Amino acid sequence: MIRFENVTFAYEKGKPVLSGVSFAIGEGETVGLIGANGAGKSTVMKLLLGLAGPGAGNKGVSGTAEGKILVDGEEVSPRNLTQIRRKLGFVLQNSDNQMFMPTVWEDMLFGLLNYGMPQQEAEQRAGQVLKELGQEKLKGLYNHKISGGEKRMAAVATVLAMDPEVLLMDEPTSALDPYNRRIIINTIRKLPCTKVITSHDLDMIYDTCGRVILLSEGRIAADGPAETILRDRDLLEANRMELPLRFQ
Amino acid sequence: MSQNIERSIRDLREMDTLASGDSPLHKVSAGVKLLVTVVYILVVVSFDKFNMSGLMFMLLYPALLFAVSGIPVSTCFYKLRFVLPLVCAVGIFNPILDRTPAFEIGSFVVTTGMISMITLLMKGVFCLMASFLLVASTRIEALCAVLRKIHVPSMLVTLLLLTFRYAAVLAEEANVMTQAYSLRAPGQKGIHYKAWGSFLGQLLLRSIDRADELYSSMLLRGYHGEFYYAQAGGGSIRDVLYAVFWCALFIAARCVNFTQLLGTSVMR
Repeated sequence: MIRFENVTFAYEKGKPVLSGVSFAIGEGETVGLIGANGAGKSTVMKLLLGLAGPGAGNKGVSGTAEGKILVDGEEVSPRNLTQIRRKLGFVLQNSDNQMFMPTVWEDMLFGLLNYGMPQQEAEQRAGQVLKELGQEKLKGLYNHKISGGEKRMAAVATVLAMDPEVLLMDEPTSALDPYNRRIIINTIRKLPCTKVITSHDLDMIYDTCGRVILLSEGRIAADGPAETILRDRDLLEANRMELPLRFQ
Repeated sequence: MSQNIERSIRDLREMDTLASGDSPLHKVSAGVKLLVTVVYILVVVSFDKFNMSGLMFMLLYPALLFAVSGIPVSTCFYKLRFVLPLVCAVGIFNPILDRTPAFEIGSFVVTTGMISMITLLMKGVFCLMASFLLVASTRIEALCAVLRKIHVPSMLVTLLLLTFRYAAVLAEEANVMTQAYSLRAPGQKGIHYKAWGSFLGQLLLRSIDRADELYSSMLLRGYHGEFYYAQAGGGSIRDVLYAVFWCALFIAARCVNFTQLLGTSVMR
């Protein structure tokens, strides 16, 4: 589904943020992308989404990149960015920066209508997603009047409404209280699509991901089952991480 | 200062709340409301500068619409508080420049300059009220949809829409920064002038960062330079009747002085 082939990327020449990163994520997998601050997690996401690197062309933060990034067999490039982005759903770390329409409902319809779905069909789809998430109460609410937890759920709903093949989530549980954090974790576990989650919340990663990719200074330090990597104290500490709280 | 910014953010969002009401006026299509507002403004502006009595009848439109829509008149004047003084200032020199006596009230001589000043003031206030009613009863997306339908360039319409949306982002960032500043500058009112430069610079950079994320979020959901707008609607019989009724009334009011007619019949 997603393939990075020997990707090296630098925002500024001579200062690589990613060096020779290669991995493949299969359909239906849930992968946790972990690493200390500045390890390159966000850059991986940006490259995948075409917000940086060759996919961005001259519209984003281009930088210099080598290697190949493929989504569903297609190389990420400005030419096919629309098709690629149609397959990927990205939940930003800060939901306030994701929701720009006045109401949750309009935000959910925004993407669908942009992709040419008829109004009635779009409304049906959005309603179905809210029902599946058990969040029908969000429908008529204003984005600026809902709580942080509701906002995060709303952000997830806006992305799921697009029916993405791959769901990318950046710190989905940051700044959430334990109750809302648990709701998000349960929601992630129920979703059948391919998921890539970046987070410092290793307990959440353990709860949701079967596989973990550990990035360190732009390189892959480890790639394997969450059960193995998240219990390896030496490996985590060598890469400026700590064991999940439940294993400490 | 932080409270002022918070109030501004609330004001901005209040417009969204007002526009999403459910009154009969809110249900009229945006295109028809825009048309009626434009006709109203044109008719109001076209009144002779001494025709104060004729112009008075035009108050009927905003007065009736405020009553029907449930939009508080006080909100209108509160939100227009910065513009109203400018409107008032437009004809301020008329009484000085034009001292021709028109009539007397007791020993007080009313000059044509005074009448033209009041007429100008009324014109300005009426137009502002009508514009406010349009914006307060119509979603910005619906208005932009109409503008696109009448072939206003996409760039301008998107700019209008995003300015409306991003203004709150800018204000939120300013609010956070002001709060952080005031916590470390106790007893100080506002921001010291020495900090203005870096404050504005930081505000710009932070806003750019947030705007960049918002823009990315739009791109990732299929935005391709042409904003998706709410359906403009229009064309229902109710909308047509609304437009015909008001436009006919405005034009009639321009031709016949209803206020004078009413006054004369009452006097008889």
